[in-house]
Amino acid sequence: MTVSFMRLPVAIALALLPLAANAQDAAAINAQGRSKTLPVITDDGKLLDQFGGRPGLVKIMDDFMDNLIADPRTRPFFESSDKERIKRQLVDQFCVIMAGPCAYDGRSMQEAHAGMGVNTGQFYALVEALQKSMNKHGVPFRAQNRLVAALAPMHRDVITK
Amino acid sequence: MGRPRQWSSSLKARFSLAAAGAALALAAAPASAGLLDERSDRLLLTGGVSTVEGAGGGGLSPWALIAGYGTRDQVGGGSFFTYVNTPDFNLRSFGGNIGIKNRLELSVARQNFDLEKVGGALGLGNGFTINQTVLGAKVRLFGDAVLEQDSWLPQVAVGVQHKINDEAALVRSLGARSGNGTDFYISATKIFLSQSLLFNTTLRFTKANQFGILGFGGRDDKYRVRPEGSVALLLTRKLAVGAEIRFKTDNLAVAEEDGAYDIFVAYAPAKNVSLTVAYADLGNIVVGAQRSAYASLTVGF
Repeated sequence: MTVSFMRLPVAIALALLPLAANAQDAAAINAQGRSKTLPVITDDGKLLDQFGGRPGLVKIMDDFMDNLIADPRTRPFFESSDKERIKRQLVDQFCVIMAGPCAYDGRSMQEAHAGMGVNTGQFYALVEALQKSMNKHGVPFRAQNRLVAALAPMHRDVITK
Repeated sequence: MGRPRQWSSSLKARFSLAAAGAALALAAAPASAGLLDERSDRLLLTGGVSTVEGAGGGGLSPWALIAGYGTRDQVGGGSFFTYVNTPDFNLRSFGGNIGIKNRLELSVARQNFDLEKVGGALGLGNGFTINQTVLGAKVRLFGDAVLEQDSWLPQVAVGVQHKINDEAALVRSLGARSGNGTDFYISATKIFLSQSLLFNTTLRFTKANQFGILGFGGRDDKYRVRPEGSVALLLTRKLAVGAEIRFKTDNLAVAEEDGAYDIFVAYAPAKNVSLTVAYADLGNIVVGAQRSAYASLTVGF
């Protein structure tokens, strides 16, 4: 994939970043406050509405982090991290991906996961944790899949083991 | 089309029989689930279910997905029991499959095709059963149907199924050339997650008559290429509905052979168990159209 090195911080795997990033990549945010490099997957706000808007995402990320800490496969990556910061960044990322009125300023996925040794099973465990929290908050399955489909290609930057 | 039949009541009876068989297999679940402690981490239903021939896929057609939930670092798989109750016959198939590092799949199935009263009519005795063993192997060549959501490239696998029919003399007397045969296939599977849809296409190179139950070869002894297709809609993480079609050879002079199709519901309440029920039309098998109830249980590890 010749473009993969340009792929900027997309989504879900940022959650695997214990040391959250500074606003170094603010340049990637355009005038509308959206990153040009995030895979924005819709052009209206209806998808985000199905997640309860930005407030809904905040609740989903609270549960998501609880699930990540509860699962022994993902716990080691999060238990000593700045959980509040990671949750905030995930909310921003998902919000941007779904064309919400948000901005994301985190590091690239590749940078964020270098040397962490995330394997495929741990990546899937994170997806499961996200699915469970979306289920709990009543996000329709088809809407969930639209988001997960946008996040899945990040495996190339996240899975290093 | 076959002869007219009493639809609803006979299908209902067939489904309850099929369910009873699946319940039997469920009894084996706890023992098998504890067999390996290591988790298999791929997402629910992304290994497919177990085909009637043992490979991971739908009910009738193998998919490019590797059976079980093992990642490239893990081993997955399971054992299965499938019961198909047709108007004139019933088929039991049981066996297991193992997926190694999301690359190689090995499978075995033992099939018992009960001729019921047709056995008596043929002078073999009521309930005469044709047994067949299917040894399968499948290799994923490239692609990942789940992860590569920004690519149109499907997951592609090639496979082989070696079938050994115990009744070689009988199937030869019906016009088959051999009691043994080997199918080769190539499968491409793509999951369009943003649409919650799965598609599979399989091309099978085969000499088998009626899946090999009636032997291999007939009017001639040449391989034929037969397409198969599956589509599934993912309704929840645990539930999918879909349909399949599989073309067969029609190479025996004694009776016409049709394609088969099914519509199915697959439910995976947990990683170590999945239940599939289907309505399957296997087409004409010697004495008429075989519209069937199908139930299959896979108990994985």
